[in-house]
Amino acid sequence: MEFKDYYTILGVERTATADDIKGAYRKLARKYHPDVSKEAGAEARFKEIGEAYEVLKDPEKRAAYDQLGTGWRAGQEFTPPPDWAAGFEFAPGRFSTADAAEFSDFFSSLFGNFTRQADVHHSHGEDRHAKIVIPLEDAFHGATRTITLRAPRLDSEGRVVLRDHTLSVRIPKGIRDSQLIRLAGQGAPGSGGASSGDLYLEVHFDPHSVYRVEGHDLSLTLPIAPWEAALGATVKAPTPTGVVEVKIPAGSQSGQKLRLKGRGIPGEPSGDLYLVLDVVVPAADTERAQQLYRTMAQELAFNPRRTLGV
Amino acid sequence: MEKEILTGWVIGDEGVLTAEELARACRADVSWIAELTEVGVLDPEGKEQSGWRFCATDLTVARRAARLQQDFSVSTEAVAVMLDLLAEIERLRDRLKRAGLDPNE
Repeated sequence: MEFKDYYTILGVERTATADDIKGAYRKLARKYHPDVSKEAGAEARFKEIGEAYEVLKDPEKRAAYDQLGTGWRAGQEFTPPPDWAAGFEFAPGRFSTADAAEFSDFFSSLFGNFTRQADVHHSHGEDRHAKIVIPLEDAFHGATRTITLRAPRLDSEGRVVLRDHTLSVRIPKGIRDSQLIRLAGQGAPGSGGASSGDLYLEVHFDPHSVYRVEGHDLSLTLPIAPWEAALGATVKAPTPTGVVEVKIPAGSQSGQKLRLKGRGIPGEPSGDLYLVLDVVVPAADTERAQQLYRTMAQELAFNPRRTLGV
Repeated sequence: MEKEILTGWVIGDEGVLTAEELARACRADVSWIAELTEVGVLDPEGKEQSGWRFCATDLTVARRAARLQQDFSVSTEAVAVMLDLLAEIERLRDRLKRAGLDPNE
């Protein structure tokens, strides 16, 4: 695993005081907190910052970390020394096994065996949370998706180690963005014979190339020709369940919406599909096309800026 | 061996989670859930605390509140303001996106 330089991550000197560390953390938290930050990669950066703070704010952990010495460089291949942390006694931190799953292998190898909660108690396992990103089509047909989570486990020596845990989950037809799928008993194991926690999966759709999603309604931009808009026409439109024919009313304009009832995400009731009309002007790239436009200009007496009074 | 396919409960707009379940999912106390409800961050169905039922949005918001409160050491009232502002920004960004504009510009 890679060595992590917690001082560099927080941007403080090795001699920094507890207040310096707190101040540096607060500043970085404001910048990279995934709930408030727009920076790219904020979530990964914030995890790193949180992990560094977890170690450096705790005098015992910091002292043990400092004992590794100054000879290490960030990213260097690292294995904890055999007598690592001898003589230190880490109080269980505020973080739990669920937090530990967020931390790096480097952190787990150093502090993992101290994060275990006293497991003699009879206590319900913690709930876990994860996000699952699915194609919009799953909401129309249902699907089975696999998801891989990093889950802390105890090894034979009672250390917390992170292992990949793969689950197959049924995605029900009619699922909507931001809904949760609650999987009973798939959270952290309980201790002392108590039941396991639950796993909450937060469902999100992949951005779709054609459809925009809002709740259970969908919308798509439907390009139409000027004569289809002016004269009315029956044209083909895609829907998630197949191509349909729709009637464009005569005198339609760009931005107008046609509602296809019940063609959105299925359910009780099903959502609707909105077609947002977009009149596309053909290129005047041939002599014949230019001639047609000139004829329209001469014969239609059309001023699109009439409402502007010019 | 055929891998088991898990089927879960879908939580959507309807209140289904009790205050205890919501607290456990946030690794917090029920009293904290009551505090968030009092300041209006959470909006459960039901009148009495024992009858409160929370929806998917409540869980997402409560977990966000827990993270903000822990990471910035601020009061529940301050978290409520942060959440209101964040929700407003998200709403406006969504509107920009729907209008075909890039919210990051």
